[in-house]
Amino acid sequence: MHILQLVGIGLVATVLVSVLRPQVPQFAMLMGILAGSVMLLVVVRNMDAVVVVLTDLAREANVDKGVLATVLKIIGIAYIVEFAAQVARDAQEGALANKIELAGKVGIVVLAIPIVTDVVESLVHLLP
Amino acid sequence: MTPEIRAVFQIFGIGFLVAILHTILKQSGKEEFAHWTTLLGFVAVFVIVIGYVDRLYDEIQRVFLSQ
Repeated sequence: MHILQLVGIGLVATVLVSVLRPQVPQFAMLMGILAGSVMLLVVVRNMDAVVVVLTDLAREANVDKGVLATVLKIIGIAYIVEFAAQVARDAQEGALANKIELAGKVGIVVLAIPIVTDVVESLVHLLP
Repeated sequence: MTPEIRAVFQIFGIGFLVAILHTILKQSGKEEFAHWTTLLGFVAVFVIVIGYVDRLYDEIQRVFLSQ
């Protein structure tokens, strides 16, 4: 993960956006989106190795495959929702950002419900 | 010069060009041409950005959501 390149892209994009903002604010926003998505692309591509290690560990600890898949889905949702919400906030669209975050939260809750029911059921079995 | 950095500079170039064209056309009295060039530039940049966001979506789909 060549961190220097990533930070370089971020710095260059920040400078260019600040130059563009007074003339054409909409282009500055688009460049913000582009730089953000490019950096997130590199980060997510490097996350691949982490996911492989996680799945191996889960298999060894014979954790149910569905649970790990749900956890990874939730992480994916968190990444993309965070990205979109920050972009909306940069464009001074606080309301939109909150709506995006609300959608992400609901998505995560819907994904987490099966796991929660499993935990509760196993607890109930433990009780006398 | 990775493709990502080239895209960032490309967009900066297009944006700056459109800004200059906008002011020139406005000075020379052709108001509507100015707005049209800004819109055209915006659409071009938007297509480029959408391409990268699409690649990001595919990457997240592949890594996280496709277990």
